[in-house]
Order: sequence, then C-alpha cells, then structure tokens
Amino acid sequence: MEAPEQEPYPLDVEAVRGDFPILQRKVGGDVTIPGEDEADTEPLVYLDNAATSHTPEPVVDAIADYYRSYNSNVHRGIHHLSQEASIAYENAHDRVAEFVGAAGREEVVFTKNTTEAENLVAYAWGLNELGPGDNVVLTEMEHHASLVTWQQIGKRTGAEVRFVRVDEDGRLDMDHARELIDDDTAMASVVHVSNTLGTVNPVGELADIVHDHGGLIFVDGAQSVPHMPVDVGEMDADFFAFSGHKMCGPTGIGVLYGKEHVLEEMEPYLYGGEMIRKVTFEDSQWEDLPWKFEAGTPVIAQGIALHAAIDYLEELGMETVHAHEGVLAEYAYDRLTEYDDVDIYGPPGDDRAGLVAFNVDGVHAHDLSSILNDHAVAVRAGDHCTQPLHDKLGVAASARASFYVYNTREEIDTLVEAVDDARQLFA
Amino acid sequence: MGIGGGSDMYRQQILDHYKNPRNHGTLDDATFSHSGENPSCGDTIRVDVRLEDDGETIDYVAFSGDGCAISQASASMLSERLRGMTLDELAAMDTDDVTEMLGVDISPMRIKCAVLARQVAQDGAKLHEGEIDDLDVTITED
Repeated sequence: MEAPEQEPYPLDVEAVRGDFPILQRKVGGDVTIPGEDEADTEPLVYLDNAATSHTPEPVVDAIADYYRSYNSNVHRGIHHLSQEASIAYENAHDRVAEFVGAAGREEVVFTKNTTEAENLVAYAWGLNELGPGDNVVLTEMEHHASLVTWQQIGKRTGAEVRFVRVDEDGRLDMDHARELIDDDTAMASVVHVSNTLGTVNPVGELADIVHDHGGLIFVDGAQSVPHMPVDVGEMDADFFAFSGHKMCGPTGIGVLYGKEHVLEEMEPYLYGGEMIRKVTFEDSQWEDLPWKFEAGTPVIAQGIALHAAIDYLEELGMETVHAHEGVLAEYAYDRLTEYDDVDIYGPPGDDRAGLVAFNVDGVHAHDLSSILNDHAVAVRAGDHCTQPLHDKLGVAASARASFYVYNTREEIDTLVEAVDDARQLFA
Repeated sequence: MGIGGGSDMYRQQILDHYKNPRNHGTLDDATFSHSGENPSCGDTIRVDVRLEDDGETIDYVAFSGDGCAISQASASMLSERLRGMTLDELAAMDTDDVTEMLGVDISPMRIKCAVLARQVAQDGAKLHEGEIDDLDVTITED
C-alpha cells in the first residue's frame, strides 16, 4: 500500500515537467498522422524511457537555433557560418569528455548510437586483432548490440565468445567471471546497467580482472550515462559507449569513448571525407583523433544538441537524477510486489536502476502492454533486445516500465491500476 | 482503425476463447498439419486439418500453440469457423474476414497476432495441394 507520508522528490518534478511539452499530451484516440487527431482522451503516462527519453525545450531550441542561425558544414569551410558550426561541434566533444571523465575530445568519437559504437570497435579493432585461440567475454545480460556484434565477429575471426552467468538475483556471478577471463581474453564487452534486469554491474572490478590478464574492456553505458554519474577514467574502461536519445538528446547521435592510445592504434572504421589529412591516387593519411573515426559529414546538429542535453542534466545534477529514479524504482518495485502473480526480474527495489521489467501470470506481455496503452500508459513489451536472457528467464517477453527525471509516483499508481485491470480481465 | 481499444480488443469473446480454447490439441488422423510463428510476439500456432472424403471440405480442425491472447483466441475461433468450409473458401479468407470473425478492432501493431492462425491454415492447405513446397514454418509477414 502507499505510504501515508511520502518523502519529497529529490528534484522539483513539476518544474522539470514544464520543460517537456510532450508530457502535456493526451493519447488514446485513433493513431493518425501526429496533430491530425483531436480525439485523444487520457493524459500520457510515459514509462518507456529506457527505449528513448523525451526532449526538453533547451535541447529542441539548440537544434532549432543551429538550423536557423548557423547551419553549415564543419571543418572544410573558411566562411563564417562554417567556423561557428565547427566550433560548436568541436566544443560538443569537449563537453562530452568532461561529462564522462575522458581526457579530452580526442577520446570522444561521435557515432550514430551505442550500437554503431560497438560495431566500430568490433570492425576496426576486433576483425584485425582477434583470431583462433583468443576469447571475448560477454555477459548473459548483454543487449543484442553487444551480443550479436561479438558473436558474429567471433564467427568471422575464430575467437571464442564466452558468457558470464547471471545468478538468480539478476546479478553477475563474479566467481564465474574470474573463471572465464583468462590470459587469452582479448576483449570483454559488458553492459554497465542491464536494460532488462536493472542491475548495475561492477564494471570497475571487471576492468581490473580483464586488465590483469592483458585484455581490453568495452562498457555499454546506454542505460547508465543518462541516469547516474559516470567516470570512465575511474572505472578504467578502454571503451565506453552511450546514446544521445536516451539522455534528453536527439536520435542519431551516440558516443564512443576510447582511451587515446588504443584509438590511436586502431584502423579507421569508415573511410571518406573528413577523416583524412592527405590523399593521393596511391594512398591516404588519416586525420587526428577523434576525426579519424568520423568519416563524411558528421552529426553536427545532433552533437550540438547533445551538448545542450548534458547541460540540462548537469543543471539538475546527475546525483539528483539518480536519486529521483531510485525513489521511483523502489516505489514501483514495492507497489508491483503487492501482487503475488506479478513476477519482477532483477535485484530488489533498493538496489536497481530506474526500470522494472515484469510479467503478470497468465497475461502475455503484449496483451499486458495493449491494456496498459488503453490506460495511456506507455511501456515496452517484448524481449528488449535481450532474447537469450529472456530464454534463461523462461519467458518469451516481458513488460518494462522505465523512469526518468519527469516521472512521478502518481504515474506509477496509474501503471499499477492498469496492471490490476489486466489481472482482473484475464483472471 | 483504433489503437486505443486495449480493453475493447479484449472483449469477452476473445477472453473466453483464450481462457477456454476450442478444439485445442492435435489430430491423429489429420489430412495435413502445419505450424507457424509470429516473431514479434513470440506466438506459435500449429493447425491440424482433417478433410472429408471429397478432399475439399474441412471436416475438423484442431490447433495448439502458445502466445498472446489475440493469437490464441483467433486460432480457437478459426478452428470453429473453418468446419464445413472448402479449401477454396479458406484460401479466399483475408484480414478483414479475420477481424470480422474476432468482432473487434485490432490495433495495427497486433494484426500479425490476429492473422497468424489463418496464414498457417492457408499455407498448410497450399502445401497439401502442392501449390507451394519447401515451407517448413510460416512466419507472419509485415
């Protein structure tokens, strides 16, 4: 049951909500071209933030300002607008570096998303460095972005792919990790926060184990960077990746962090303009980091908008963001565990990131999601790009509610009412 | 077509067929059997069909499978609907016929669940009649 008195939120939720006009939307009418349908009825309850977060006004303004005021291609123009765009785009790399504790812009490569960052390393490093006798260590809770990529690179190079077990509480079996990681481990790719279980993995400890054996570690931070303070130097990751659209930024931009000396030794992933210093008919020389990995016209507007998104989040404070989601995750966990026929995956409520994946006995996750949609509650239903983990859990799919800075306990109450409605419908 | 009809989509008839599926199981004397899946929901359906002596009229249909309420209820209703129909009539069934049978609006994201059983039955019949070959499992198309 709800506690009679509730502690105040770590941040001013009403003020934050005011920055996100989309949260004023009502939904529930026919799905048509956006803006054409006025029949929507219910206030949107958006709990699909692990898939993508909404965009606050300062970030929308940054995109609009770029296109309205200084839209131009970067780096190869002497003209005024191009210089403005180049400075803003380069500064965005500096801002990202500062945000995640990288040494500087040379360690920050802009990509399309986390998946592309993972593929960049798999192609540019993995295909050249891996071979029979090597192994790549993943975890059973990897997102397909990491799992499928290294699985396929393993097939092409002959490297063995190993999976660290997930225990019954949804945590990594670290003893198993120590068994699997050996002197032949060339790379470990580990998810920082599980997008399905909500587990926060001890990536610093894993980095130490991998480094003791001479390997490299890639940390998938898609579900951590948007939600908690992250310092890539402190965890000693060799590579680290995340996506802009899950952290108040736009789609189309991701970040690959890499230690400078590691990136320096890597071959480019994509060839073309922007990434070269000198080209003859016979050969080419690469541009300095990070541009060596940013072939073609890069994600200029998106990079500048990511800068604005980081400014927005740091204004709130990443500790505060984390604390707010912690309150919501624990509240959701407690409310959903009121029902014996609701199964929640992953660690307990006070030890998880701000997402809750669950199933209701006798109700398929897609049926559940359809009924939640009828209550204007947006959650994700499916395998969340962790099919092997779902196989291990013994379910085809789950529903997942995931929280962000603008969510409230009242919204979780609406979620729980809708879940209860589904339970009764299918009882 | 509305997507908002979550509860509408789960009218009593659908829930009844989901909870109490008709003709559930397999047939030892099936004329043909075929299976399919809908990857988006993880639904699986197997349909067993027994034809009458004329080789054209459907005598009995059984289904088995696993998945969401829409897919399983649709298979249950179809197993009743198909009895007495000819293979030509089965082949002529389209998506509108399925939604009409279900009696509810199916949201665009869920239509594949609804039509899975019909596709499996149609593909099974085509395989039986030699119109297609080399199809192990029907996968619902986009």
